[in-house]
Amino acid sequence: MSTTNSTSASPVASSPIEAAGGAVATYVDERVGSNKFLGRNLGKVFPDHWSFMLGEIALYSFLVVLISGVYLTLFYKPSMVEVIYDGSFVPLKGIEMSEAYASTLDISFDVRGGLLIRQMHHWAALIFVAAIAVHMFRVFFTGAFRKPREFNWILGVGLATLALAAGFSGYSLPDDLLSGTGLQIARGIIQSIPIVGTWGAFLLFGGEFPGTDFISRLYGIHILLVPGLILALVTVHLMLVWTQKHTQFPGPGRTNSNVVGYPLMPVYMAKAGGFFFIVFGICTLIAGLVTLNPIWIFGPYTPDQVSAGSQPDWYIGWLDGALRIMPNLESYFFGYTISWNILIPAVIMPGLVFTALAFYPFLEAWVTGDKREHHLLDRPRNNPTRTGIGVMAITFYGLLWIGGGNDIIATSFNLTINSITWFLRLTIFILPPIAFLVTKRICLALQRRDRDKLLHGYETGRVLRLPHGEFIEVHETINYKELAVITSKTDIAPLPAPVKVDADGVANRRYRIQALRAKLSNFFYADNIAKPTAAEIEAAQHHVNHAAALEAPLHAYEDADEIRNAHGGVLHHPGMANSNTEQLTGRSEQ
Amino acid sequence: MKFLAARRRQPVVALAMLLFALVAVGGVYAAVGTVRPAEAAGAASSETQVEMGKQLYLQGCSSCHSLQAQGSTNGPTLIGVGAAAVDFQVSTGRMPLAAPGVQAVPGPRQYNEEQTAALAAYIASLAPGPAIPSAEQVDFASADVAEGGVLFRVNCQQCHQAAGQGGALTQGKYAPSLMNATPTQMYEAMVTGPESMPVFSDATLPEEDKKAIMAYVDNLQNAADPGGLSLGRLGPVTEGLFLWIAVFGALIAVAVWIGIKAR
Repeated sequence: MSTTNSTSASPVASSPIEAAGGAVATYVDERVGSNKFLGRNLGKVFPDHWSFMLGEIALYSFLVVLISGVYLTLFYKPSMVEVIYDGSFVPLKGIEMSEAYASTLDISFDVRGGLLIRQMHHWAALIFVAAIAVHMFRVFFTGAFRKPREFNWILGVGLATLALAAGFSGYSLPDDLLSGTGLQIARGIIQSIPIVGTWGAFLLFGGEFPGTDFISRLYGIHILLVPGLILALVTVHLMLVWTQKHTQFPGPGRTNSNVVGYPLMPVYMAKAGGFFFIVFGICTLIAGLVTLNPIWIFGPYTPDQVSAGSQPDWYIGWLDGALRIMPNLESYFFGYTISWNILIPAVIMPGLVFTALAFYPFLEAWVTGDKREHHLLDRPRNNPTRTGIGVMAITFYGLLWIGGGNDIIATSFNLTINSITWFLRLTIFILPPIAFLVTKRICLALQRRDRDKLLHGYETGRVLRLPHGEFIEVHETINYKELAVITSKTDIAPLPAPVKVDADGVANRRYRIQALRAKLSNFFYADNIAKPTAAEIEAAQHHVNHAAALEAPLHAYEDADEIRNAHGGVLHHPGMANSNTEQLTGRSEQ
Repeated sequence: MKFLAARRRQPVVALAMLLFALVAVGGVYAAVGTVRPAEAAGAASSETQVEMGKQLYLQGCSSCHSLQAQGSTNGPTLIGVGAAAVDFQVSTGRMPLAAPGVQAVPGPRQYNEEQTAALAAYIASLAPGPAIPSAEQVDFASADVAEGGVLFRVNCQQCHQAAGQGGALTQGKYAPSLMNATPTQMYEAMVTGPESMPVFSDATLPEEDKKAIMAYVDNLQNAADPGGLSLGRLGPVTEGLFLWIAVFGALIAVAVWIGIKAR
């Protein structure tokens, strides 16, 4: 073997594989200068937590969507030309339908692997939107959107909106009865916009519904415009994550100016690479085993037909629900109709929701006056108002979601559609505020428990009877990890009420806006349970030590090992250093 | 027993006990509570079919539909509904009504074939009405399935759903699933229009069209699902439920597994 030569030539390499790798790296580096870049970036450290992988699910499922989508474009024909179906699906043989629907049937029944790929494309798309939603929950509830990541949050909201557009445009392409029904509703929503609605609908559909243009227009939007925008935004999204570094949860040794975790190479290369294949695998498995959108059952689209139980895919369900529970309300002005029954639930409400979502980081920063950089995540309990707002929003969404499936729920659970509708009309206003209050109270209770743990340690369950008859329960200090997590909390004081006229008698011209801000700030922080001061902890520690001292003589009679076992392992101390597995790199290093 | 004893104070035990109690109560109720009124009515062999039907009628039906079948506040008149209506309602177990409600619920049938035929003959003897279809009328073997699909989508699916799984109507009424409907029952339903269903007479839907629809529903009942597990063919609601619970559950489980710190 010729290993001797190469090993002697390169002093670092110790095996033939390494030698070959080194040679390739040198070859490439001499031509593109990659070594410096790779050397700087491959060692980049990312923090570890399962919830940081939710965005990865979105990214990987998007890749699955892209790859499977390319295959589908080879066979799909975006045309509304009427053809007579002559494929292998007998119950539709000889039926007149659009070429789009016929080619989708061909993909499902006559293209090798077509149905698998079609279902993979659709399942992965559903996973994509779901992963974005859950990723947003994580970012919202941990306050990861705070400075300096506000722009990335807005990019994320943009991506979520684009994902909905991608999903809905794709759902409509097969031109089956179900998707056509969805399109008809979409057209109705466009028409409900005052003044421009009718013209907008004509413009989009190229005339009356359904026309002959829309599928081919939608095709361009679905395979070029929307995925192109998503790819562009994802790139910027990830670049920002890279340059701003990933946030981390509080823990021992983790500060606002470092990142504790593992390096990209080899740990995250392996983890992320492996996770990609698992996501891919789950998409394939589900696509092979579970039917999604059986378009052959729905039949071709004609505007005069509609099926019972017509629903959009899950991510549009909340909008459909809003439409379904909206009371019938119309106004007439000078011969023009304003359809509030469509305008409010399908245009104004989602517009407000997405605007609020996009601007929330700025709103919170303004209310709290917090201008600091945040790289350490908030525990949801440490910002009860934000957590409450999030749960309130989820409750609101969930109720509308139920509304979207009201007919299926009615038949499945022997309920009446009318009572479900009335239940939702009332609870949509009642339940979200209740959810807010309950969540906020739970968060505050958890804060109290944290404070209690800091002051008194945890209850060991060991009760001592003292010589004079008193019973005490022995408390022990929490371990250093928990201590680091709990003490990460930063208390923010609510803003003071502004003065109307200052000492020199000059009127405060910004009084009203400042008063509102102070009010909101109070709403956010007035109930906060303050972290104990160092003196309080000191005093409390005294107490714990006292109990331990009383218990000590008992232990003298027992074997040391037994004590350790009885106490559930090694006793930790707050001052203990970071464990060996954790690596530290300075945030300022790069 | 030690295993159980050690765990009896866990919070999950309360839930398990509650579940057990509910299942036990429900099971006992289901086993004991079912009332089968028809079993009392034995077959009367010596009488004519109409006479036997009348006896059965007086025992099992007249309390709501009145003694002369003229109807009361509790039930509609049966004069002129025809044998088809009786056969449909009785053979699907809708009648005799198990409990008053927004509409009759199908269930296990209470009268056997002979008794059902007798009841139908008695009601038919009161006034002319749609008859039970002959074997030839429900023989759809030569019907065009694809044509039936078109007719089904135009006439049936707005209530019975595209896959024939049934759908909700107003105030708790519903169009039932067609998955267990026999061709005879389908024909009878079309000509008699039970509950909220409109009547599809031969003027609206000629016999050939009725056969085509039967052929299409038969196809829906028996066709395999080429895409795999059907999720009840209920559309995006069950698909979304499956996505969030099973698929996303699995993905989160994997993420947690990968995210666990190496020890």
